[in-house]
Amino acid sequence: MAFYAGFLVVALLLAGVVSYAASSSPDGLDAVTQTGCELDESGEPVGGTCIAQNAGEHATAASPLADYTVGGSEGTTGIAGVIGVLVTLILAGGLFWALRRRSSKDETPSRVE
Amino acid sequence: MEPHTDLVAMHMSDGIVNAPTSVIFGLVAVLGLAVCVARARGDLDDRTAPMAGLVAAFVFAVQMLNFPILPGVSGHLLGGALCAILVGPYVGAICVSIVLLLQALLFADGGLSALGTNITNMALIGTFVGYGVAVALRRVALRSRGGLVVVAFVAAWVNTVVASLGFVLEYAIGGQGLALGTVFGLMTGFHALIGIGEGIITALTVGAVAAVRPDLVYLTRSAAPSLTIKSQGVRS
Repeated sequence: MAFYAGFLVVALLLAGVVSYAASSSPDGLDAVTQTGCELDESGEPVGGTCIAQNAGEHATAASPLADYTVGGSEGTTGIAGVIGVLVTLILAGGLFWALRRRSSKDETPSRVE
Repeated sequence: MEPHTDLVAMHMSDGIVNAPTSVIFGLVAVLGLAVCVARARGDLDDRTAPMAGLVAAFVFAVQMLNFPILPGVSGHLLGGALCAILVGPYVGAICVSIVLLLQALLFADGGLSALGTNITNMALIGTFVGYGVAVALRRVALRSRGGLVVVAFVAAWVNTVVASLGFVLEYAIGGQGLALGTVFGLMTGFHALIGIGEGIITALTVGAVAAVRPDLVYLTRSAAPSLTIKSQGVRS
């Protein structure tokens, strides 16, 4: 149980604190799709020819957590990250808990408390 | 602090490949995940199910941490090999898929119509090829914790590069805007570098779990299940 708690704390610290130190440069995929275009300050292609010009506005751009912020406010990346970690844990953990094999009574050497 | 304008999009957006290609890979993703859900059950019990949920949450967190690879270009963890080594390939593919689904739905990262291509590349291709590499090297991983860490690095590096090849394939089928050879060269070149970061993160994570709870490392546990699970009565 202590291990699981520790693992969760590490994930929360990474998403909630270390995320502020993340590089803001485009990742490898975005760097490729933007190759050939001139970009404006917000990273939108404004001239030339590139793959990213075919990209549409995101369907969930109006989400309150869009762009890893809370309501679009600057400096809220860590909060959005913590929410993301918890939502992922609940959804994934819940799914996996529901899918798991129920242990029969005689073969449980170490139960999770 | 600089506004994180470009942290926003880490995965393929809508429209990067055309609609038929999105549909094809949407079907690939659905079929692949159906197999994974059917097979995941065998790998999930009271102990590993919570671990799998935590691994998914951990991948979400680490995917936020873009690291620089070249001036003006960054990379981030994909996580397929990491998940597969810790919780198995079927559960692992579902972990990465859940992260991608939440990123697209809640964080506007990765297009909804591009979910099929993103899941195919990162959750299916990356996870299963990365796991295949790890299984091929399992003898090294079983020798010592150092061996396991090296195997984790190699599997994660391959996972990153093959996932980028998935994009090149999808682009070849239904993309436009840049010469295919250029896309191939840039994607594999960038991801060979990103794979080093992926390898380091995966090696550190797997090494840390193996140091504290070696019974929660799927790769080395499943090689000798009778030793760990039924050690009470049956000596093997």
